[in-house]
Amino acid sequence: MSEHIDLAVATTRDLNGALHALPPDTNRTLWRVLNPRGQHALAVGIDAPVRVEIAGHAGYYCAGMNGGATVVVEGNAGNGVAENMMAGRVEVRGDASAAAGATAHGGLLVIHGNASARCGISMKGVDIVVGGSVGHMSAFMAQAGTLTVLGDAGDSLGDSIYEAQLFVRGSVASLGADCVEKEMRDTHRAALAARLQAAGFDGVDAGSFRRYGSARRLYHFHVDNAGNY
Amino acid sequence: MDQGPSTPPRPAPRPAPRMSATFDPGTLTEIRRAAATGIYDIRGYGAKRALPHFDDLLFLGASISRYPLEGYRERCGTDVVLGARFAKKPVELRIPVTVAGMSFGSLSAQAKEALGRGATIAGTSTTTGDGGMTPEERQSSATLVYQYLPSRYGMNPDDLRAADAIEIVVGQGAKPGGGGMLLGQKITERVAAMRTLPPGIDQRSASRHPDWTGPDDLEIKILELREVTDWQKPIYVKVGASRPYYDTALAAKAGADVVVLDGMQGGTAATQTVFIENVGLPILAAIRPAVQALQDLGLHRTVQLVVSGGVRNGADVAKALALGADAVSIGTAALAALGDNDPAFEAEYAALGTHAGAYDAWHEGRDPAGITTQDPALAARLDPVLGGRRLANYLAVLTLEAQTIARACGKSHVHNLEPEDLVALTVEAAAMARVPLAGTSWIPGQGGGQ
Repeated sequence: MSEHIDLAVATTRDLNGALHALPPDTNRTLWRVLNPRGQHALAVGIDAPVRVEIAGHAGYYCAGMNGGATVVVEGNAGNGVAENMMAGRVEVRGDASAAAGATAHGGLLVIHGNASARCGISMKGVDIVVGGSVGHMSAFMAQAGTLTVLGDAGDSLGDSIYEAQLFVRGSVASLGADCVEKEMRDTHRAALAARLQAAGFDGVDAGSFRRYGSARRLYHFHVDNAGNY
Repeated sequence: MDQGPSTPPRPAPRPAPRMSATFDPGTLTEIRRAAATGIYDIRGYGAKRALPHFDDLLFLGASISRYPLEGYRERCGTDVVLGARFAKKPVELRIPVTVAGMSFGSLSAQAKEALGRGATIAGTSTTTGDGGMTPEERQSSATLVYQYLPSRYGMNPDDLRAADAIEIVVGQGAKPGGGGMLLGQKITERVAAMRTLPPGIDQRSASRHPDWTGPDDLEIKILELREVTDWQKPIYVKVGASRPYYDTALAAKAGADVVVLDGMQGGTAATQTVFIENVGLPILAAIRPAVQALQDLGLHRTVQLVVSGGVRNGADVAKALALGADAVSIGTAALAALGDNDPAFEAEYAALGTHAGAYDAWHEGRDPAGITTQDPALAARLDPVLGGRRLANYLAVLTLEAQTIARACGKSHVHNLEPEDLVALTVEAAAMARVPLAGTSWIPGQGGGQ
């Protein structure tokens, strides 16, 4: 038995207020959100281990700061989907706009379609898996976590990257400052295969990806690197 | 007529050696330093150049046409409420002076604790910084403002909810348009873990938020923060003073409860000197345009304005309030109250190539006063309890001084101070503060421009 919140009559506040009021051991674990119509800040900051299904398109910051819920957007998601997620799982069946998974510390973000620019910007530990391609400046200043792209990556992938790891199956238009291709070892393939399976991409061969990460040349200021910043 | 010997009895005076006003000794030293190192100078503190400031304003005081309040018998209120526009739980402070955002990382944990203790005794708030919230500062601060910064280091919804207010930092006075910087020697294991970065690296904070740009996005970001915190917390927007009229108007339009406006005298932990001294406005030039923006929107006193950057004494507090601010914020002065730049450490400052009062290498982590450091031995020099007491004393003096002036102007609350109570000593200050030049009725610059 699922709970239904119809945003044609209820407000974003009603939705988030109801989800925030749930205790950790709630048995009201399945929520259907009807008529989302691209509204912003849907299902944000949820700590309860519930599943929220958004029956349509979501606006900015859907599932932002997720603390443990599973949030499924059955359409497209606007800017900053799952931004600063701490834990849980966010799934976008369609495409995601810019800054998907920005600064997220944990959890799993799965985008079945494409993600726009700056996917995984400043990410801090989240795992992001994109079924399609990602736009330019993805993983900009990415600190920790993984970004896996089954399609292609746009310009300046991983610019000024710290310790995040990037895996791309298709082409990379260009690498950003201090981002280099790295050897794909068995441990990387095994971990990637597990992430692909967790994301629901079971049949995809982890061996078909290339790995990218930080050359760590910009970790300390030096005059000879000034042109790279 | 005897015209004297053709050769003077002694040599004619040579032209006196003359230093260039343009290429003065400091400038020449900087050129040599740049040539030797190939990298710009980085330092802490705010702008050190002489700027039009609150010193250029005077209060008129009561006279035959205005009568004063009795200094020790008639009440002069100092309380301030921040964030009643939309937040269910506005911040209520006893005094109109808050402690500005300074990060754990740039400051020691003891210094952060001392700031929290001092602010709490004084009945005001303190603020986190670029590096997240530490348990010590949450525990020691009765009212704690959580800074939401472009880097989002240590940012998590639990801390957002544990805070008493949220301050979205767009910029700061020392570097409007610039990101933060913390050099490797201060990135200890604890600081690194809080920021999800490798220890010991030079970390560069972003100058733009990663998931929004512009006022329309900001409105949605504020909505998200309100939803995450169930509309409980006041939301401040902090900007460095550069285009104060438009920035204030846009922040208010985006839904801010409070606008925090920081002038170029406001301190920084580490920024390029050229940035600190050449970008942004002195706070004196920024307050009236910001107030004007709120007045034009019909939101003055509904959206509160907190101003900072070079506030040192109760006269500065009173002048900022008279120009229309609801509260002021202190950073550099709070550190001085804790003991920063104290002549008691003169020998150690000298060993670092500087002297007490001039020390600004806050980014290097070797602070003899134990404040801007992560070195355990240096940090242990600052007793958080004693430091907190010193800050509380200083905040009390700021408040008493502001009340003294307000009573002399006949005001039963410091918020009743107004521009009419002020005159300016210089044409520049008169134009910036939009008050008459002393002894005249002339307010230069009225008639155009924001």
